[in-house]
Amino acid sequence: MPFIPHTDKDIQKMLSTIGVQSIDELFSEIPSQLRSKPLDAVPEGLSEMEMMRLMQERAEQDAGALCFIGAGAYEHHIPAAVWDVASRGEFLTAYTPYQAEASQGTLQLVYEFQTMMCELTGLDVSNASLYDGASGLAEAVLMSIRANRKSKSKKVLVAGSLHPTYKKVVEDIVSNQGIELDELSVDYASMSIDHASLNEFEGNDYAAVVIPQPNFMGTLEDVNTLTNWAHDNGFLVIGVVNPVSLALIAPPGEWGEAGADIAVGEGQPLGIPLASGGPYFGFICCKSKLVRQLPGRIIGRTVDLEGKEGFTLTLQAREQHIRRSKATSNICTNQGLAVTAATIFMTMVGFEGLSRVAKACHANAFALTEKLKNIPGVKLRSPAAFFHEFVIEIDAGSKQVLEFMAEEGILAGFDVSTCSPELSNCVLVCVTEVKTNADLELFVASLSRAIEDRGEV
Amino acid sequence: MLIFEKGCTGRFATSQAPKVAAEVTGISDDFLRKSPAKLPQVSELQAVRHFTNLSRKNFSIDTQFYPLGSCTMKYNPRGAHRAASLPGFLSRHPLAPESHSQGYLACVYDLQQVLKEVTGMSGVSLCPMAGAQGEFAGVAMIKAYHEAREDFDRCEIIVPEAAHGTNPATAVMCGYKVREIPVKSCGDIDLDALKLAVGPQTAGIMMTNPSTCGVFERQIEEIAKTVHDAGGLLYYDGANLNAILGKVRPGDMGFDVLHMNLHKTFATPHGGGGPGSGPVAVGDRLLPYLPTPIVGCDESESSVKRYHWVEEADMPNSIGRLSAFMGNAGIILRAYIYATLLGREGLHRVGEFSTLNANYMAKLMSNAGFDLAYKDRLATHEFIITMSRQSKEMGVTAMDFAKRLLDFGYHAPTTYFPLLVPECLLIEPTETESIDEIEGYVAAMVAIQKEAEASADSLKGAPFNQSVRRLDDVKAARELDVAYSAE
Repeated sequence: MPFIPHTDKDIQKMLSTIGVQSIDELFSEIPSQLRSKPLDAVPEGLSEMEMMRLMQERAEQDAGALCFIGAGAYEHHIPAAVWDVASRGEFLTAYTPYQAEASQGTLQLVYEFQTMMCELTGLDVSNASLYDGASGLAEAVLMSIRANRKSKSKKVLVAGSLHPTYKKVVEDIVSNQGIELDELSVDYASMSIDHASLNEFEGNDYAAVVIPQPNFMGTLEDVNTLTNWAHDNGFLVIGVVNPVSLALIAPPGEWGEAGADIAVGEGQPLGIPLASGGPYFGFICCKSKLVRQLPGRIIGRTVDLEGKEGFTLTLQAREQHIRRSKATSNICTNQGLAVTAATIFMTMVGFEGLSRVAKACHANAFALTEKLKNIPGVKLRSPAAFFHEFVIEIDAGSKQVLEFMAEEGILAGFDVSTCSPELSNCVLVCVTEVKTNADLELFVASLSRAIEDRGEV
Repeated sequence: MLIFEKGCTGRFATSQAPKVAAEVTGISDDFLRKSPAKLPQVSELQAVRHFTNLSRKNFSIDTQFYPLGSCTMKYNPRGAHRAASLPGFLSRHPLAPESHSQGYLACVYDLQQVLKEVTGMSGVSLCPMAGAQGEFAGVAMIKAYHEAREDFDRCEIIVPEAAHGTNPATAVMCGYKVREIPVKSCGDIDLDALKLAVGPQTAGIMMTNPSTCGVFERQIEEIAKTVHDAGGLLYYDGANLNAILGKVRPGDMGFDVLHMNLHKTFATPHGGGGPGSGPVAVGDRLLPYLPTPIVGCDESESSVKRYHWVEEADMPNSIGRLSAFMGNAGIILRAYIYATLLGREGLHRVGEFSTLNANYMAKLMSNAGFDLAYKDRLATHEFIITMSRQSKEMGVTAMDFAKRLLDFGYHAPTTYFPLLVPECLLIEPTETESIDEIEGYVAAMVAIQKEAEASADSLKGAPFNQSVRRLDDVKAARELDVAYSAE
């Protein structure tokens, strides 16, 4: 029996100790008319060997493409040791560290993670993680409504340049509590928030404004001006950031005069594989005065009864298992293992390594934009101030060109033409440090062939 | 020692980053970071050694019997971890076109089918990234259902007092008020109280069955009828699904919507606090509201199956999206692989052997003189003992027993939950533990009881041989230190 160790002798001993004739008798409190029939729709079990064969076939079906898609999930080099260590059974198969004395490994690691995220974002406190960047932003929005005591409205202002799926997820989650979102418009010439439209929102009551950096199109927003403007109007600032970019560009804690109040984002670039979209992890950091409104687990350093340093879950009075209906969120389980990997990743590369990664991403992306300038029918829509993603417009048609290139094994980018009429025939292209000059040449050659192919149609 | 206290300025794992720092062009100084973040500065070996040594300070399923009630800490097959980590799965971008995703989509589709069958429901969405998010999706669907019928007065969710804390917290996240109803001394819901509680304001009820009291709710059919007659829907919290897998299905009990915890019932690793995965399944009434994306399948004449995404455009009444992509894909893969290894026969055995183990362990505990909270009932996959007597007579609490168990090399059971049983320990052995571990655990409890009888005070200091002694939680909260600073 797979994973069930009982021998016939064990079963007999157990049944006679309990005082029943059969295992079935243990279910006698369930009304008999409810008892389930055989699960015919489930196939018969496979051995591990058979299962591995099936899964290898399926995995190979999806393998092998050269990928330039980003749009919220980014391919980076992951040191071999990261997942070797994170996959140790002691990390992989432990539970949430409720019994602190039996969980010091995970607890100390998360304390170290919290410290690293505070350092990267320039803020004071971090939690132990949320599910992912998008749902993490929804938690940040809910948090801002609780935290901004001066705001009476249940409204939050969101940059139109935010990732459209993030915006959708936030809407779908917070609308259940009657929270409304208004949108700052985008200037598609600069591929960033339209500063000329800001005055429309002045004097209105918003709990917070959500500012992405870099934004969905890859462009760097003028976060200093935006942060000062938001604070002048009494809005909290929620920065949505890429953690790798923070080794190169200014962290949320240093935006404008006072810094952003909350930073949130997708932690995947820190050592987590693309893996079809998860498990990733969301991170959230804030100024210390907002700590009691943070959702999720927080680890604190303390001492044991002999005065020795130790780590434990803290501020649990915010959480669902204590506060029930008055909790800051219903979240309990988060993304511990992904955080374990990210902590090992950040430790290994250090700030110097991470900043080299960030610079190489930017330099490679910039190099590809230079090469694309020579292809007729391709226009670079992004201004120079981007991190590692940019938008190109393809006259020959984004959908058809992407399909042609995919058939050649190149996933050239994410089709953003449906995101806005202003982005018709546009593709969001991402280049990270893993791409070589030869990869970029393959991209250019395939794109040229695709356009040529379209020209002949 | 913290990682920040090791290493020295300028050190890092040099082979893990580009050899030279590239030049930055096109970004003005205003946008650039001014000072470095103080990340660790250690070698690759120092990093590996630090975290390997930290791991050894954890209890885990791989190293200890871990009978944490309501958490289903069963063996996590390494085969599932290995297969889900195949390069083709790890390197697939979530936005890759369907033409480059057929292998992954096939696994997702197949798991949807398995979960529909084992729950007796009509549709499944694998999007929710944890049990609590599954609960959120489920209650949001209940809300969407009532609103679509313009039944706007339903503002209350009923929750039994034994419920997990996530249930009331979820109801509030969905904009509902919570009404708690009592549980009788036999562990079943107080049906009279339920009948008084339901009305035109009732949106639904959230229940686990078996309940967190470790017993099967025998009146489930009458509960379903009472709530349905009042116009409400029934939500099944799948935290305890392991107990009944292959024995009774939530759909057949009358539930309209449920979430499952793949990290419990389907043996995916808990990872020290996630990632989990909390798929939702619904009956016909709630089908249009499932969160997206879902995977569909066209079986063409050529008998080659083509899998595709079903998005919100195809399901306009969906409650929408819960994550940037589609939930915890890697956990979904592991659960699919686990179901594939077990097959239909194996899934039937899960409920059987988890229940056999719990009843055997409960009987041994009872024979050894411990007090079962529900001694006249059959245990399900878990059971509760209460330490009230020990607490009154000797001043030794459930927490003292829990902490001392660690010294015997066993993880503590769930302590002080459910809240309605005083001084309780909720114990769930799971089906993957052998009789040897179960008997060893009971022997440890007996030994601790003898220690308590000899000297109650001695247990107050437990644990004694872990990396730390009992920790000062009050200091942790009062003198908040949640990030290291060298100053």
